[in-house]
Order: sequence, then C-alpha cells, then structure tokens
Amino acid sequence: MNIQSAFADALLAPEAVCPPGLLAWNGSDPGRRFAVYRNNVMVSLIDALADSYPVTQQLVGEEFFAAMARLFVQAQPPRSPVLALYGEGFADFIEAFPPAAGLPYLADVARLEMRRVQAWHAADAAPLTEQELARLLADAALPAARFGLQPSLAVLRSRHAVVSLWAAHQTDDVTAALAQVAVEDAENALVLRVGLEVDIVRIADGAAIFILNLQQGVAFGAAAGQALAAESGFDLVAALGMLLRGGAICSAGFSRSEAA
Amino acid sequence: MNAAHVPTGIACGLPAAGGIGLKPEHFREILDTQPELGFFEVHAENYMVAGGPFHHYLTCIRERYALSIHGVGLSIGGASALDEAHLDRLAVLLDRYQPESFSEHLAWSSHGGAFLNDLLPLPYHAAALDRVCAHIDRVQERLKRRMLLENPASYVEFAASTMAETEFIAEVVRRTGCGLLLDVNNVYVACVNHHRDPRAYIRSLPLPAVGQIHLAGFACDVDAAGAPLLIDSHGAPVAQAVWELYEFALEGLGPTPTLIERDNDIPALPVLLAEACQAQRMMRERVAATDEVCA
Repeated sequence: MNIQSAFADALLAPEAVCPPGLLAWNGSDPGRRFAVYRNNVMVSLIDALADSYPVTQQLVGEEFFAAMARLFVQAQPPRSPVLALYGEGFADFIEAFPPAAGLPYLADVARLEMRRVQAWHAADAAPLTEQELARLLADAALPAARFGLQPSLAVLRSRHAVVSLWAAHQTDDVTAALAQVAVEDAENALVLRVGLEVDIVRIADGAAIFILNLQQGVAFGAAAGQALAAESGFDLVAALGMLLRGGAICSAGFSRSEAA
Repeated sequence: MNAAHVPTGIACGLPAAGGIGLKPEHFREILDTQPELGFFEVHAENYMVAGGPFHHYLTCIRERYALSIHGVGLSIGGASALDEAHLDRLAVLLDRYQPESFSEHLAWSSHGGAFLNDLLPLPYHAAALDRVCAHIDRVQERLKRRMLLENPASYVEFAASTMAETEFIAEVVRRTGCGLLLDVNNVYVACVNHHRDPRAYIRSLPLPAVGQIHLAGFACDVDAAGAPLLIDSHGAPVAQAVWELYEFALEGLGPTPTLIERDNDIPALPVLLAEACQAQRMMRERVAATDEVCA
C-alpha cells in the first residue's frame, strides 16, 4: 500500500510535508492534522533518547539535545518496536556531529550511559557461590581458569573523565561537583548491575585491561599478565576482590576451548 | 478466512474491576502497600528485555495481581507482513507471565524496517480488511489465544476509505473471532475529531465481543479551520465527557474490566488508584440501578 510509504516518509522528513489522500471532515487542510502524528513520532523518540541519556542531555541542555536527537532519529529511526535499547548508535552520531565538537567528552559520556542502560536490562545470571569461589581460588590450576562474567558487565575506556563527569550529575550540586572534574583526565569505567542497581565505578588501567581480557575468555593468569604489563602498579588482589564483591563471576572452567 | 482454528474460550479473563497501567516509578510502592486493584496492565515491548529490574518487579507483582499485556508494536494494520521475530518475542512473554488478557491495536507502527513508535491510521476498504484479518489470524494462531483488538484514536481520514470504522471493526471481529478492547477515550477523541456521534459509534460495535475497556485523558488542539482536535495524550486525568461516555458504554456492556491508561505526566500511585476506584464504583452503581429496574 503506497499510502503507508508516503505517510511513513512524511513522518520522518526534515520538512513538514503532508502525504496525499488525507481528509478532514470539515475540508480543512489535513496537514495540520497530520502534524499531530509527526509530532508524536518525533517527540516520543526524542523522549526515549532523553530517558537513556540523561547526563548527555544535562551537559548540552534540553534544547540542544532535542535538536541533536531529532537529527539522529531522522537518520537512524528505530529498527525494532523494543525501544529499551534504542539509540545504540547515538554516541557515534554525537562524535561526528560538528555542533558538539566543543565537548569532546560528550560521545564517551553517551557511551557510558548506553552501557548503563544495557546493564540495567541485561540477562540475570547467578554468581559463583562462596564455596565454588573458595574451591576455585585454592586450585593450583587457577592461572589457567577462564571466567564467565555477568552479562551486565562492561568496561569503557575513555580519553576523558567520563566517570567523574557522570558521577558529578548524580550529586545535588552538579555545578560544584563539575568544577572539581578535570575533563582531560583519561578514565576507565566499570559498569555492573549488582542486585537491582547498576553500579558505575572508576577503575585503573590495569584493572580495566584485566577485566576486558577475562571477558574475552583469556585465562586468569594471562589476563593478569597483560594488566601488569600495561600498569606496573596493577593490584590483582584488589581487582579480583572488586569482581567478587560485585558477584561478577558466574562461572569458571579450565578447558582451552571453553570460556565458561 | 474463518475463525474455526481460533482457540475458543474467553479472550479476557480479567476481573470486571478497575485496573491501572504498571509504571516503573510505582514498582516498589505497589509491593510495599499492595493496594486493592482488579489488575495491572503493561506494554509488552517494555518487557522484551533479557533480565533485570523490570522482570524482577513484574514477576513479584504478577504473583499478586491479575495481568493484562498490551502490545503497541505489532503493526497489525501494516501493509507489510507481520514481524515474526516480534511475534516470537510476544509468545515468550505471554508464556512467561500467562496474562489474563492480551490486546493490540487497529493501527500500524512499522514500515520499511523502521519502527515509528506511534499508532498510525489506516484506510478502511476491502483490501485493508483482508490484510488486517490475515494478520490477526496469524497472531491468534501463533500465540494460541484470542486477542482483543483496540479501536484507534485518529486525527485524519482517508479518501480511499469505503467503510465506516465501526463497520470495519465489526467485520474483523466476525471473520477472525477476536475480541474487542473498547477504548472509550479513543471513541470520544476520534468522534470529536471526525465530527461523529460517539454514542452511535459505540452502538455500532459488536458489543458482546468487548473484553476490556480503556479510559484515558486527552489534550486539546484545533485543526486548520479552528475545529476542535483532541490528542490522545495519555497525559491527563480521564475527562468528564469520557466518564459520561463510559457510563453509556456500561449500559450496553455490564461490568467490564476497565483500565486507567496513563503514560505521560504520571501522577502519584493513589491518584491512579482513585480513578480505577471511580470506574469500579460506576460499574457497581450501574448494576444496582439495573437490579432496581428489574425488581
């Protein structure tokens, strides 16, 4: 049905156009009525992005955010009716969006916010029990162990102070907190759902490399070696302790071919 | 096309009482206070995620309350084939939560691979009727249950239409055996927008097929000629005119599960519960009045 194609195209078109074949009972211009649909589509999708990217929105203000989000929606409308994870390409879009070039950290803040949304909705998985962990840590073969981590876990490495920027927006006095942030400091974020909350914490380079390696199925010993090579001060006990406290390790195995 | 393969049995097992939409901002308060309520309704698509707090809370709340699952993304009125992956997701969700009712819209929302996140209107003619019926047949076959189809709120009409909306809906119900979700706010909004009589609209529907009612608030605008144009915003309390139309609908229907829909500017939980109570009170008063007449 061509009516729907024209209707759909006009909904997402940058300029207001009215598709053919529409009527109003009083013979009035149907363009005004069609604009209700255009507005519903655009506003609801901009709102969906604002829900997922609240700190990004605060950093640029509502007006700038809405204008940027509108262009993103027109360029990359949702491909699925499941909107929870809509906007996965938004950070890349921001990175290439010239008007946002003055805020070079903005795209990474958006990346962090999407990791947070993904962690929020990620699959549930039971962490290893204390007995299982005790057995594992006492096992002479521990260096060869490969871990399965929580599906919600993500590590984001940024050239900017993304965690500090994000955390400043969780405080009551955002302006004062932001004044303390050195945006040019590189930071790594660990994102992990613990219980029903998503935790975002700043971690050192070594810990970031260690966890990323574990996540990719690299054996425990080799992952620790990579971390040490990158950061001589890497604290393995602290990094492992952080994962254990967050219930981040769900499985461990010793086979070469299996990560689980 | 025939309804022979459609599972028989009731399309809606919800209690004839008031219900409200379940909102994340109310999750904890509902579990803490366990208010008396006929049922909760959720949008299916919001729960099509792998895990986390949404499933945690819905599972806890589902253990204590009747549940309606209301889809907003199936695009039953779409020109293209139904999204089978989306139907699969729905089947998984319905299997997990076993809701007393599943409903969707007489509208389309996806086109050319893009999801437009609104309930868009379709022309009413024979080809559209065939397509909508084929889609509903497929939905009921895949989900192994009767669904309720919701009448739309709309802002435009199509030159290509050859049937009235109520005529179209009645024929869909006759051919597919689906039930109806009578959205009284949508009736009011569409009838004001298209200059029709909302009571005549309701009288023209196959009322025995109605399994559930929706009530909501609208926003007011005007069209290019200055005529009233109501917007189905789900962002305000139920309007007095809609309560009156609800009372009229109850005369024809008797007590019917009734949802207070609120998706924007969501108020405190007690405000929504009070609206659900009002719907329930009106159902009770209607029954009492009928009893008096019969006695």
